[in-house]
Amino acid sequence: MAGGFAEAGADLELVGITKRFPGFTAIEELNLTIPAGSFFALLGPSGCGKTTTLRLVAGLEDPTAGRILIGGKDVTTTKPYQRPVNTVFQSYALFPHMTVLENVAFGLKRRRIADPLGKAHEALRLVELDHVAQRKPAQLSGGQQQRVALARAVVNRPALLLLDEPLGALDLKLRRQMQIELKDIQSDVGLTFLHVTHDQEEAMTMADTVAVMNKGQIEQMGAPEELYELPKTAFVANFLGQSNLFTGTVTNSGKESIIVDVAGTKIEVPRERAQRHAGEVTIGVRPEKLMLHTSAPKPTPGTNVIGPGRVNDVSFSGVSTQYSVTVPKLGNVIVFAQNMVFGPVVNDGAEVWLAWTVDHGFGLLDDPADGPRFEPDTDTKSIAVQRREKLEEELEEA
Amino acid sequence: MAFGAFATSAPVVESAPRRRSKVALLLLLPGIAYLALFFLVPLVSLVLTSFQAKTPGTDIGVYEYAFKIENYGFVFSTYSEHMLRSLLYAVVATALALLFSYPLAYFIGVTLRKFPLLQALSLTLVIAPFFISFLLRTLAWKQILSDEGPVISTLKALSLLGSDAHFTGTPGAVIFGLAYNFIPFMTLPIYTSLEKLDLRYVEAGSDLYASPVRTFLSVTLPLSAPGVISGTLLTFIPISGDFVNASNAFLGSSETAMVGNVIESQFFTSQNYPIAAALSIILMAAILILVSIYVRKSGTEDLV
Repeated sequence: MAGGFAEAGADLELVGITKRFPGFTAIEELNLTIPAGSFFALLGPSGCGKTTTLRLVAGLEDPTAGRILIGGKDVTTTKPYQRPVNTVFQSYALFPHMTVLENVAFGLKRRRIADPLGKAHEALRLVELDHVAQRKPAQLSGGQQQRVALARAVVNRPALLLLDEPLGALDLKLRRQMQIELKDIQSDVGLTFLHVTHDQEEAMTMADTVAVMNKGQIEQMGAPEELYELPKTAFVANFLGQSNLFTGTVTNSGKESIIVDVAGTKIEVPRERAQRHAGEVTIGVRPEKLMLHTSAPKPTPGTNVIGPGRVNDVSFSGVSTQYSVTVPKLGNVIVFAQNMVFGPVVNDGAEVWLAWTVDHGFGLLDDPADGPRFEPDTDTKSIAVQRREKLEEELEEA
Repeated sequence: MAFGAFATSAPVVESAPRRRSKVALLLLLPGIAYLALFFLVPLVSLVLTSFQAKTPGTDIGVYEYAFKIENYGFVFSTYSEHMLRSLLYAVVATALALLFSYPLAYFIGVTLRKFPLLQALSLTLVIAPFFISFLLRTLAWKQILSDEGPVISTLKALSLLGSDAHFTGTPGAVIFGLAYNFIPFMTLPIYTSLEKLDLRYVEAGSDLYASPVRTFLSVTLPLSAPGVISGTLLTFIPISGDFVNASNAFLGSSETAMVGNVIESQFFTSQNYPIAAALSIILMAAILILVSIYVRKSGTEDLV
C-alpha cells in the first residue's frame, strides 16, 4: 500500500469510531466520510477529540471500537508506517539531527522511491525553501520550519494528508500567507486534506467542508457558508462567529414561516430555516444582519423588529463597529455595523430599534428544555467536566 | 561632542567580554591550580621517572635520572602482549556493557516515563551496587563463578559443561567482570540522553513509512548518540587500566594479566618504578589515540 505515489487523494471513512482513554471517552460513535480530493476541516474547541481523531487516522492511536477505511480499504489494524497517510505535526517534529533536505527525503528513502533527493529539492522549491536545504531545522524560523514540515509530508504524495493545527504557532500575517499557500498546494497536487484546527476563521477560509466537533461528536458538517448562515445548534451558532439567540414559544406554524413569541415580541423565521416547528424553540440571527434604527421603523412584511432598546457599549474595530444593545425582556443583542461614515452611527445610551429581514433568521435544533447551554454553569458536575477537558487538552499538547 | 557617544560605543562593546573573562579566570583559578598540582606535576614526575636508571651499587628500588630511553624499548618488547590484551578486553567488555545498558536505559528512560516512581526505583537499582565495595562485588562473583560455585556446578550437573571445565581465571570471566563493574557508567549517560528523547520524532518516523527498526536506527539511536559516546568513554578508559578483575586474586589468572596488573606488580613487587612509569605513559598514549579516533569518527560536533 505504501509502495508508491498515490495517483490522487483517497476518501477517508470513519465507521462508528469510539476512543476511550483510561477515565474518559475522547470520541463517541463517530461516523465521518471525507470525499477524495477535498479539503476537510475538523473544527472544535480544545479537548473536543479532534486531535485524537487525527491520530487515529494516522495510526498513532488505536480505536477502542469502529473501523477506519482509506480509499475503501480497511486500515484499522495496520501500523502507521503502513498507511498511505502523512501528517504535518503541530510541533513540526522535524528531525533535529538531519538537514532540511534529509528530513524531506526521509519518507521517499524509506519507500525506495527513485531519485529521493531530486524530489525533495522539488518539494522544497514548492514551499520556496530550496535555498536552506543544507541547514539544520534549528537554524530556521518557525514559519520556515512549518513549510519544511509541509514539504516533508507532501513530497510523499500521500492519499491523505493530515494537518494538526500546523499554523497554530505562527503569527497572524504569516498564518494568512501559509493558509493561502496550503490551499494552493492542495489544489495543485489534488490530495485529500484533513485539517484539524480550533481557529474558525482558518477553517472557513481554507476548507471545502467543515465539521464542527464538540465533546467527541460532530455537531454539524457542511460548506463554510452553510454552517455560518444556517447553524443547526447553539454550539455551532456561537463557536462559528457570534449569534444573537432568543428562546420562545411557536404561536403560529405556517406554510412559509413560523412565528415565535419571545417575551411578548413576535419574531418570524422561515420554515425551511427552522429545525423545529412547534413548542419551545431557540431562534437566532447573526449580528451583522441587524440594522440599527433611531426611531421605530414601520412594521413591514418580511422584516422583524425588536425594541426599543438602549445602547450600552460601542466598540470600534476598524472595518465595523460593534454595538451592544440591551432590549428589555430580550437581553443583550449584538449588532455589527459597517463603518460607512466616520464615527459611530449612534452613541452610548441612545434609544434604538433593531430590524432584520426574516430570511436571515434561523431556528435551532436544540431543545431549550435541555437547559441553558451557554449560561455559566457552576454545578460540580460541569466543573468536573471542564477540568477533565482542560486535562485532556494538556495531554494532547504534551 | 554629540558624536562622541557613537564613536566610543564600539570599544565599550569590546571591553565587556574582556571584563567578563577576568571574572571567568578568577573562577577558573581553583580548578587550574588543582589540575596543575594533581595532574600536571604528577605527569611530569611520571615522565621523568620513566627515564630513570638504576643507581649503580645500590639495592633494588633506588633509581636516578638518566634519560634511559631503552626503558620504552624494553616495555614494548616485553609487554606488548599485555597491552594488546588490555585493549582487546576493554573493547569487548565495553561492547558487552553497551549491549546490556542500551535496552536497560531505554526501558528506564522511555518505557517507564509514565511511571515516575518505578523510574526512580529502577535508577536506584542501577546505582545500588555502588553501595557495596567494588572489590567485594568482584570477590562475590569469583565465589559465584568458581568451580564449586552454584553456576558451574549446576552446569556440570546438567552435563552442559565437562567435569574438568572451569570459568574463573579465563578471559571470559575477566571480560564478564569488567563489563559487570562498569555497566552503571554506561547506563547512566545513555539514560540521560534517552530520558530527554522527544517521542514525537519517533512518531514522525513511523508516519514517514519507517518501520520500528528503521526508526530506531535513523531517529532514536542518532538522537541518543551523545549518551552512547560518553558512556563508552566512561567505560573504555577505566577498563583499559583496570587491574582488579584480571588479577589472580579475583577473576583472572597469569594468562589474563592486563597492563594494569603488570604496572601494579612492577611498582609494588619488583619496585621497578621506571618500567611501571613507562608502561603507564604508553597506556595513556594508546588510550588517547584510540579515543580521539573514536570521537572524531562518531562525529561529535553535536556533543556538548
